[in-house]
Amino acid sequence: MTDFTEDMPEPLPVKQLPISRQFMRRIQNSWRQIVTVVPFLWLLVFFLAPFFIVAKISLAELAIASPPFTSLIEWTGDGIMTIRLVFDNFVYIWEDSLYFDTYLNSLKISATSTFLCLLFGYPIAYAIVRSGPVAKPLLLFAIILPFWTSFLLRVYSWMGLLADQGTINNLLMALGIVDEPIRMLYTEFAVYIGIVYTYMPFMILPLYANMEKLDNSLNEAAADLGSRPTNTFFKVTLPLTMPGIVAGSLLVFIPATGEYVIPDLLGGGNVQMIGRVLYNEFSRNSDWPVAAAVAIVLLIILVLPIMVFQHYQGKASEEQ
Amino acid sequence: MTVSTTVSAAPWLEQKEQQPLVQIRGVTKKYGEVTAVDNVDLDIYKGELFCLLGGSGCGKSTLLRMLAGFEDLNAGTITIDGVDMADVPAYERPTNMMFQSYALFPHMTVEKNVAFGLEQDHVPKFDLADRVHDILKLVELEDFKKRKPKQLSGGQRQRVALARALVKRPKLLLLDEPLAALDKKLRKQTQFELANIQDKVGVTFIVVTHDQEEAMTLSSRMAVMDAGRFKQIGTPTEIYEFPESRFVADFIGSANIFEGRVTEDGADHVRVETEFCEVFVDHGHSVKVGSKIWVALRPEKIRLEKSDEVAEGPNQTSAIIDDVGYLGETSIYKVRLPNDEVFDVTMPNQSRPTHATQRLTWEDKVKISWDPSSAMLLHS
Repeated sequence: MTDFTEDMPEPLPVKQLPISRQFMRRIQNSWRQIVTVVPFLWLLVFFLAPFFIVAKISLAELAIASPPFTSLIEWTGDGIMTIRLVFDNFVYIWEDSLYFDTYLNSLKISATSTFLCLLFGYPIAYAIVRSGPVAKPLLLFAIILPFWTSFLLRVYSWMGLLADQGTINNLLMALGIVDEPIRMLYTEFAVYIGIVYTYMPFMILPLYANMEKLDNSLNEAAADLGSRPTNTFFKVTLPLTMPGIVAGSLLVFIPATGEYVIPDLLGGGNVQMIGRVLYNEFSRNSDWPVAAAVAIVLLIILVLPIMVFQHYQGKASEEQ
Repeated sequence: MTVSTTVSAAPWLEQKEQQPLVQIRGVTKKYGEVTAVDNVDLDIYKGELFCLLGGSGCGKSTLLRMLAGFEDLNAGTITIDGVDMADVPAYERPTNMMFQSYALFPHMTVEKNVAFGLEQDHVPKFDLADRVHDILKLVELEDFKKRKPKQLSGGQRQRVALARALVKRPKLLLLDEPLAALDKKLRKQTQFELANIQDKVGVTFIVVTHDQEEAMTLSSRMAVMDAGRFKQIGTPTEIYEFPESRFVADFIGSANIFEGRVTEDGADHVRVETEFCEVFVDHGHSVKVGSKIWVALRPEKIRLEKSDEVAEGPNQTSAIIDDVGYLGETSIYKVRLPNDEVFDVTMPNQSRPTHATQRLTWEDKVKISWDPSSAMLLHS
């Protein structure tokens, strides 16, 4: 047997970069690492750490102290560390039907609002996509425009519109349509108006982004194959805009469930939503542990739709 | 050779008494100031594979979309199988279209895409499955029926689009640049496939294309379009061999076009005087003696031979080779005529040149000549 290693070509010498270039490259590499670390750091500092603090408080007991709760970790001398996890707060939330009913009511209101946003937002988004090159940016601007004004101010204006002596009732009475004011403010109706009005852009914008990508020749192809416009909508347009529907619905549903300002200002004491309960526990009762537990339970309830969202996003990116 | 001795499978000649399948009369389409389709008339007969050929923006796609019902007409009428299409919406027309982008439904499998059209017609389940299966077999995609369009290659998607358009057995199939998205090799192969499928199913095809080679290969008849109007309608042979205008002569294939003046107009011949030689055409042409005319010569119809003598007589002239392009199967020669005009001449490389002296090269003195039947006379 001959030795084949002799025939092997010599490995090419690794080209040495000049020192200055090496240095530059090292800096570039470390930059790349820093850039990827930033979002993790952001999540850690502004999301995970606060979450653990809230979780910690929810497992503590109310105490007359500042801050008003007991510490989880105690040193009982002799170098023994005891960790006390109090689940009383969760048991309390579970047993008091007030909380259960409020959660349910919050979910009902936010689900209905999401549906209403979709019902009105879908045709609006569709119309914007189909509008001409002049109208389109104007319409999109009109959707985003309310964000220029303070959210609180906009809710207060609704109070002025909906109040018993407000603009709408005054107008109706002046026109002789009604004799006495229709009660709108401090009803569930007002809360629906507030939520649908406030969160509509969050429904329209993802829908718009989704619909904008749709190829109009798909509609033409469906028509060409004998499909009437309504059938085309249900068989082609609707399934293809599903990612936009899911994204928009979650962007409305999740924040609407925990909404505090709108039910407080427009619903008054008549509409119980979990955001208000949370605020009352925290601020009026100063019961931080129960407030924290309420928040944790809310989070758990909302994780479910977020997971659905993630699932759909994963599927959508898979198909592309 | 005259125009009237065309091949027998020519429904536009045989069925003159019959009603055409498609009648386009005075159709005009305007987009604001721009006239996309300008008062065109066209008859298309059953079983034809008709190509609309033209550059981008010539109005060919607009005309096709008007046939499908996607665009309204500003004037004129479109009749398909005797029915005026003016008030017939796209979803009720007896036409199906194959889109340039294919427009396959991305959320449906191949099978579902193909079945979509049949479902709209409420075709019974068992019949539907059979027809979907048969058409997928025709385009050789049975094994891919459970796939989504994204999981297919460009050529496979093209065949799904064709199957989906064909499965409803339309009276008229409209194809918008059906091969444009394929690479060159696949395109050439598919050209013949498409023509074969048309032959098998017997559906009338109207194909829009900007590719003159594609139009020549596919069509039984074609129309050359420019600026919203038809420049010429005829068989590929007619259009290539008997173009009526400089535009058509230049658009289809290549042509050396030069000016001349008619000196003699006989029943069976025409003589034209040009700057470098007399052109003799051995067939009659409706021209006036003394009138200005254009003569076109196809590069492959010109003979080229080495010669030091000054060429005299009709249909020949001396020239000098300016440039040579070797293309493998053919060579293209740029020859300079006595009046400094440059002609393209192509010659097949039928044998390998054994001697360098045999080869025609730069600055060679040559004689070019052509048959009396070769020169094409153009009025505009």
